[in-house]
Amino acid sequence: MIVRLLLRDLSQLLPGGRRGGSMLPLLFFLAVAMLYPFAVGPDAPLLARTGGGVIWVAALLASILPLDRLVAPDLEQGVFDQLALRGVAEEVVIAVRVLAHWLSFAPLLLLASVLAAALLNLSGETLKLVLAGLLAGTPGLAAIGVTIAALTAGLRTGAALSGLLLIPLAVPVLIFGAGALERADYGAIALCGAISLVLVAIAPFAGGAAIRAAREG
Amino acid sequence: MQECSLTARELACRRGDRLLFRGLELALVPGDAIHIAGPNGIGKSSLMRILAGLMQPYAGSVERTGSIGLVDERPALDEHAPLGKALGFWQRIDGAADNEFARLGLADLLDVPVRYLSTGQRKRAAFARLLGQSAPIWLLDEPLNGLDRDAVALVERIVAEHYHGGGIAVIASHQAIAIEGGKTVAIEDFAK
Repeated sequence: MIVRLLLRDLSQLLPGGRRGGSMLPLLFFLAVAMLYPFAVGPDAPLLARTGGGVIWVAALLASILPLDRLVAPDLEQGVFDQLALRGVAEEVVIAVRVLAHWLSFAPLLLLASVLAAALLNLSGETLKLVLAGLLAGTPGLAAIGVTIAALTAGLRTGAALSGLLLIPLAVPVLIFGAGALERADYGAIALCGAISLVLVAIAPFAGGAAIRAAREG
Repeated sequence: MQECSLTARELACRRGDRLLFRGLELALVPGDAIHIAGPNGIGKSSLMRILAGLMQPYAGSVERTGSIGLVDERPALDEHAPLGKALGFWQRIDGAADNEFARLGLADLLDVPVRYLSTGQRKRAAFARLLGQSAPIWLLDEPLNGLDRDAVALVERIVAEHYHGGGIAVIASHQAIAIEGGKTVAIEDFAK
């Protein structure tokens, strides 16, 4: 059951998937990395110092882009209702969706950040910190994303609201993930991973409750 | 067909400030079919969702044994997928081996993305999903919407086969539907 759900979610969310537009977050991410040096000028040390942070902000924003497609179409189509009738808990569906969402943007994002690091003149050491931080932080971003998508799925202005809701929730991930760059501190990355794990643990229950609440409304 | 029953006691439903109906009683055993009638907005869909366990009743209780198959206005098929793939997902979930695509006139549509299908074709696809589920209790919310005359006759036949085979069928519709031996419950009688 879980494998079938995951395969369906992936076929929709992966780049080139049926829900379309999945390459957009990646292109958006690369576009930010490309435009930033033009905006601040060709100052190599400045780029090297701030580049890691820019990658983090771009990654965070790129993970928001697909939010309106994560949960709302299935809610409108009654997919959650049909799964509930077959005894599949909303929590399971949401947990699978967090995994699918993460798989659909994080691995490509990690690859793209290698490219972005070249554009931003990051050193090998900084790149390693960025990659480790993103690896620790992106599951949390995926969990926040799916939770918020579930919370706002029933609302007409969901898309605008979800961006606003995500930012405060993502700040802890960002603080520790990007903060690690400042002092080359793997302890901060561990904290970032811990926050990420807490978010992943909460997401299925919060998201499941949101789906059930949307059903009653 | 597995053992099934559906019993509702003293059901009341409230939407917002309005009490839609109260004191509604149902007792269905294998082989029963019932037509829930009433004008739009009287609470037919809410009743179906309460019977399905997707919504809590304002008062009263529902007891059901046997799994539930629901057809409502949403086919639960991925809009962007070809029909065959979209139905294939539910077939794999339900473990349905055999399909009824030809009988429902869907055989030629399996390559067509769901978003290009008409209302009636979607409805027939929803019935293909329902048949694959082999649930003993059928809750059909406006099953005849958008169907042409032949398809209406087909749906009536499929529903008849279901309850003659020991299933339960609850059909909410503002349209007339031929159910032999079935009774009709008018929700207006329970409206406040």
